[in-house]
Amino acid sequence: MSDTLVQTVPSPLRKRRFLDNNVIALIVLVALAVPLPLLMDQGQEAVAVRVLIFAMLGMSWNIMSGFGGMFSFGHAAYFGIGGYSSSIFLVNFGISPWIGMIVGMGVAALYGVIVGWLCFRYKLKGTYFALATFAFAEMLRIIVQSADIVNSSVGYNVPLIQGSDWWLMQFPAGSPNYFWLGLGLMAACLLVTIVFMRSKAGRFTVAIREDETAASSLGVPVLRFKLTAIALSGSIGAVAGVFYTQFYLFIDPELAFGAYRSIEAILIPVVGGIGTIWGPIVGAVLLAPLNDITAAILRNPPPFLDFLEGRTGLDVMLYAILIILVILFLPKGVFGTIKEKVTKR
Amino acid sequence: MSPIVTVEHIGKSFKGLRALHDVSFTVEPGEVLGIIGPNGAGKTTLFNCMAGMFPPTTGTVHYEGQDVTGWSDARLARAGLVRTFQLMRPFGSMTVLENVAVAAAARGESEKEAEEEGWEILQRVGLAQYATRTSKDLPTAGLKRLELARALALHPRVLMLDEVLAGLVPTERQPVIDLLLSIRDEGATLLFVEHVMAAVMALSDRVLVLNQGETLAFGKPEEVVANPAVIEAYLGDEVTDADAH
Repeated sequence: MSDTLVQTVPSPLRKRRFLDNNVIALIVLVALAVPLPLLMDQGQEAVAVRVLIFAMLGMSWNIMSGFGGMFSFGHAAYFGIGGYSSSIFLVNFGISPWIGMIVGMGVAALYGVIVGWLCFRYKLKGTYFALATFAFAEMLRIIVQSADIVNSSVGYNVPLIQGSDWWLMQFPAGSPNYFWLGLGLMAACLLVTIVFMRSKAGRFTVAIREDETAASSLGVPVLRFKLTAIALSGSIGAVAGVFYTQFYLFIDPELAFGAYRSIEAILIPVVGGIGTIWGPIVGAVLLAPLNDITAAILRNPPPFLDFLEGRTGLDVMLYAILIILVILFLPKGVFGTIKEKVTKR
Repeated sequence: MSPIVTVEHIGKSFKGLRALHDVSFTVEPGEVLGIIGPNGAGKTTLFNCMAGMFPPTTGTVHYEGQDVTGWSDARLARAGLVRTFQLMRPFGSMTVLENVAVAAAARGESEKEAEEEGWEILQRVGLAQYATRTSKDLPTAGLKRLELARALALHPRVLMLDEVLAGLVPTERQPVIDLLLSIRDEGATLLFVEHVMAAVMALSDRVLVLNQGETLAFGKPEEVVANPAVIEAYLGDEVTDADAH
C-alpha cells in the first residue's frame, strides 16, 4: 500500500463497442425466438405476434415519453398514420406495404415534428402537452372518420392474395412468416433504439428530460433534439401500425386512431419500465396475452367462475388491476425495478 | 487589450417590474470580476441576460467583439460564454461522468472524446471517485463541483458563476477557490456572483456592486468596499470592521 494521499481511482471509461450488452441481449433474444412459431399452434402464434406489435408500440412511446420525458397521450396518431399509409397505397394503387411503411414513417415523423413544434412554440408542458397530443390524435380520428377519400368510418380491408408474398407482406393464416416478419421489424426498431440511446442524440434527449434549462445552458440545442426524439418515436409507431394492419388485414379509424390505442402505448412501458431499453418488451410480453387469457376465461369459464360466461370487459378490468398493482408496488415497472435492484448491488 | 465582454445600458423589466436598469461595464480578458449586491439587486437577472436565458429589454451585450444580444443560451455556451446555476441542476438519473460528457458532446466532441474529456475534468475537480454514481446521489459540495465540471467541459472563455460557494462550509470553499484560480490562470475570464465577501475580496480584480437593479459602484475591491454608498446599501458592519482592521 502506498501512503500517498492522492487516491487513484480506476478509470470508468469503457471501450465503446458496437456489440454492447444490449445488442448481445437482442441477438440472443432473436435467436431464441426464431424457432418459436414451429412450436406454437395458430392461436398461440397470434398471441406471439401481438406481443411483437405491442413491443413496437411501447418502444415508440418509450422513446418520446420515457427517455424524452414528453408525455404523449396521442400515440395512436403515429400508429394510425402507419396503418392508413400502407392501406391507402395498397388498396388504391396496389403498392407494396413496404413502400407504404416508409411513407408512413415519414408522415408520422413529420406529423410529430409539427405537433411537437406547435406545443413547444406555445410552451405547453406536462399535462397540457399530453392533452394537446391527445387532441391532435382525436382530430386525426375524426378527420379520417368523416373523410370519404379514406373510406370514412368503414376503414380498409387489406385485399387478400393466394399464398405467401413477402413483398406484399401477406401470408396464409397461421404461417410462421408473420411472426418472423414481426420479429425482424421489432428487432430493427429495438436496435435503432439501442443505437439512438447510446448516441449523442440519445444522451441529449435524456439530459433534456432531466433538466431542460441546464441542458440548454450547456450548449444542447434543446428544441432540435426534442423534435428528433419525437420523429424517431413517430416512425417506430408507424411501423407498428403497418404490421398490425397487415396481420389483422383490417384497419378502421377507431382501431387506428382511437384513444384505446394511445392508452395501450402508455401501459406497455409503464408495466415494463419507463425509460429503459427493455421495459417495453417486458411490458408487451405481460400485457399482450392478457386479452386472450381473459377471452378464453369468458368463453369457457371454470366452474367457480360460471357467472362470467358471455360477459365482456374482463380484460379491461384486469388491465386496471394490473396497472394499480404495478404503480403501487413497482413504480418503475417490472424491468425498471429489476434493473435498479441489480445495479444497486 | 480590448474587452472580452462589454455590457452597455442593459435593462430588464418583468411585466413592468424593473429588475435591471442601465447597467454598463466591461470585462478584460483574464480578469476576475466579482458581482455583489443585496438580495434582489439584479445579479442573477444580469447573468441571465448575458448568458441568453432571456433577452434584455434594453441595451446590448458584446462578447469577443460580436454583438450577442438575444443569442440563445445554448449558442452562447457553445461559443464559450458559459454560466453555472445558483441552484444545482444535475441531470439526476445520469452518472456524474455522463453529466460532464453531455457538455463536452454539446461542444461538438464525439461520445468517446466527450467521455474521455469528462473523466479528465472529474479528476481535476476532485469528483473522480464519484464518476459512475448517479448525480442525484451527490452531496451539495459535490453538486457544486459538478456544475463547475460541466461548465469546464465547454472550454469556457468567459465563465459566469452564480454563487458557486454558497452552501459550502468554509473548509469546502478553499479547494473551489483554488480551482477557480487555476481556471483563471489558464486564460479564462471569470464573472462571479457571490455573497462570501472574503472570497470576493480575495479573488476579484474588480467588483461590480448592484443595488435595486442599478450600478452602485464599480472598481477595485478595496475602492468599492471603501465607498460609503456601498457600505450603507449592502456591506454594513462586516466591512467597516474589515476596514478598521
